[in-house]
Amino acid sequence: MFRNTYDSDNTVFSPQGRLHQVEYALEAVKQGSAAVGLRSKTHAVLLALKRSTGELASYQQKMFRIDDHVGIAIAGLTSDARVLSNFMRQQAMASRMLYNRPVPVNRLVSAIADKAQVNTQEYGRRPYGVGFLVIGQDALGPHLYEFSPSGTSYEYYAMSIGARSQSAKTYLEKHFASFADCTLEELVQHGLHALRETLQQDKELTINNTSVGILSGPGSSFKIVEGPELQPFLSLMVPKADPAAPAAAPAEDVQMEDAS
Amino acid sequence: MAQQRSFNPYTENGGTILAIAGADFAVVAGDTRQTEGYSIQTRYAPKVFRLTDKAVLAVNGFAADGNMFVKKVKQRLEWYKHAHSKDMPLQSIARLIQTMLYAKRFFPYYVYNILGGIDEQGKGAVYSFDPVGSYERETCRAAGAAQSLVQPFLDNQIYFKNQTGEHPTHLPLPHVLQLVTDSFTGATERHIEVGDGLEMFVILARGRGSQELEGVAGIREVTTSDERERVFVINRDLKRD
Repeated sequence: MFRNTYDSDNTVFSPQGRLHQVEYALEAVKQGSAAVGLRSKTHAVLLALKRSTGELASYQQKMFRIDDHVGIAIAGLTSDARVLSNFMRQQAMASRMLYNRPVPVNRLVSAIADKAQVNTQEYGRRPYGVGFLVIGQDALGPHLYEFSPSGTSYEYYAMSIGARSQSAKTYLEKHFASFADCTLEELVQHGLHALRETLQQDKELTINNTSVGILSGPGSSFKIVEGPELQPFLSLMVPKADPAAPAAAPAEDVQMEDAS
Repeated sequence: MAQQRSFNPYTENGGTILAIAGADFAVVAGDTRQTEGYSIQTRYAPKVFRLTDKAVLAVNGFAADGNMFVKKVKQRLEWYKHAHSKDMPLQSIARLIQTMLYAKRFFPYYVYNILGGIDEQGKGAVYSFDPVGSYERETCRAAGAAQSLVQPFLDNQIYFKNQTGEHPTHLPLPHVLQLVTDSFTGATERHIEVGDGLEMFVILARGRGSQELEGVAGIREVTTSDERERVFVINRDLKRD
């Protein structure tokens, strides 16, 4: 595409009315490994695929606790994610110190969205190269938000970001009507199955490359489940079907429609 | 002489705090009366706060500084938890308190701090501080309005000072709780700034049974994490005159 002259400067629109630097930043998010978020009437969960550079390396952290009632999963530049999550933590603590109450989740997400917008309009600054899925709990129940480096944020019932996230989205779109009344275990199973859709051929979810973040009702804290603790969840998954064979019989607690 | 006006940033809010370290437990207690001069500001103002499941901080002196200091310590512990996914060990909390206090060496927090809890070896520990951060680990310490009444009593009953004969190396928990209660009822009798209520925090090391606490009236557990150290709170009334 002939967009070269308009894409170096953040402060220059293209004739089509686009900011290419911002769009390139969104590419950075799409390059990150997948993260999935979904919620029911009572719980919200995040699931992420952790990447490692090789057998000798550790797996990149994908999930951060912001406060007891807020957690995030990231996709994109981890260094940018640390800076923004630090900011979110400051905001959360300031809210408790100044107003003696946990920060409202929508206010927190708006705060980083507004912060990210500045970097799309100021000369010499580059947009943040990371997107978040944010789950939070308030008086009205659990919430899920997507934050993107363009400075926009939306609330969702279910969402996925990162590499091959469209496959996860397809799964979520298929099943989301049943999420509202799911138990926590069912919700996590749906999330794991959605996340599995993003895997390349002959890769699988393991206790090392998967991260699950759980927010239960009021009075509970955001909890990250990783490592051996994950095994019970992974064992409950429906075995990956052979693409040529028909769909396997579903486990009792996973409501799956017949494959069409 | 022309009229002099001035603003004193500090005031004394009375009250007394106390902490005792056992073999595998610690007790941190404080009365709940808050005063200014001869007036009672309130009969229930907590001076003892749970920081983590291993650490409890008691603050005494100028209440506004005490309350703010606790909030700031809790914030620092929260940052530590974000960075390291675990609680700060007790000896590190003690050192952190020193640096936070000394940072205001030239406009100090008018607070006498006593930190009690379980150390990394699973033993009971007490650290006491002056307002500018001088600190020391001890077996027991009293601070506040009735320090001069309570500390000598503890020196005799816990260190067995000025006593001859054999004495146990470790004191059992029910006995320590009795010593704490007696310290406060005694202080209440003779010091006007002490009374109304007593709030005791008991921290038990991992694996240490809680049978001795069964049936203690009005006890409630405030443990949060599953780290397996446990924290309990016991409330008692003190004379209100």
